[in-house]
Amino acid sequence: MAQKTIAGVNVDVTEEGYLEDYKQWNEDIAKEIAKEEGIELTDKHFEVLKFLREKYEEGAGLTIRKVGKSGVTDIKEFYKLFPGGPLKKSSKIAGIPKPTSCV
Amino acid sequence: MENNNDHQIKKVAVICAKGNLEDVYASLVLANGAVMDGKEAKLFFTFFGMDAVIKKRMNKLQTATVGNPALRLPNGWRMPKWLGMIPGMQNMVSSMMKKQMDELDVPPVDEFLDMITAGGGEVYACQLAFDMFKLKKEDLSDHVSDILTVGEFYEQAAGEDSQIIFT
Repeated sequence: MAQKTIAGVNVDVTEEGYLEDYKQWNEDIAKEIAKEEGIELTDKHFEVLKFLREKYEEGAGLTIRKVGKSGVTDIKEFYKLFPGGPLKKSSKIAGIPKPTSCV
Repeated sequence: MENNNDHQIKKVAVICAKGNLEDVYASLVLANGAVMDGKEAKLFFTFFGMDAVIKKRMNKLQTATVGNPALRLPNGWRMPKWLGMIPGMQNMVSSMMKKQMDELDVPPVDEFLDMITAGGGEVYACQLAFDMFKLKKEDLSDHVSDILTVGEFYEQAAGEDSQIIFT
């Protein structure tokens, strides 16, 4: 397990930079991870991140389809918000584990 | 899983030439998986695979219960040949498969194509199959952005770190 200082906080991260413990997450951490991914977070981004974190807490496996049906955003917008791999990037920024779904 | 490849696949062109439920889904999963990962994806439907982009047929694809030796009953036994031949059996088995896929968030064909195109994937139909089956443009789903010859398909598939996948 690797340690990394993000936004002044020491957090445990995986080799690919996903947080090991989603409870260590805060909004400043999200902003800094997003910056590394080349994304400037807006309110809309945070709405999506909140949805992802809630679903993760419920123990649901996340898929693009679920995000599309969330009512928070649609699939087209989701791709625009997190270009180049929306589910992976948003999960990373939301501080939850790398998604394991094939869809 | 460790990955030591510096080289990543940047683009995939998936050819779907069969109209069985499982063959079409293989193509859709591969294309969607590419789009999800930020790769460019082109889907090319030809011959019986055209059913996946024919409006009236796309959500009614079936899996073969005759001539499919890997098909099992829910208890794990091989489906007997005579059972697969019973009228309605193929329909029932196909519905069951669709239900199980839906539980895993694998959508129906039209919704799957919505997802792929929403992510920037492109869908094409084959000119030769289109002519052969005497189809009209309005028969095809709106996801289809163009009807291509094989030469045009290769042009679409070209690029650095690009792969062509035939299912």
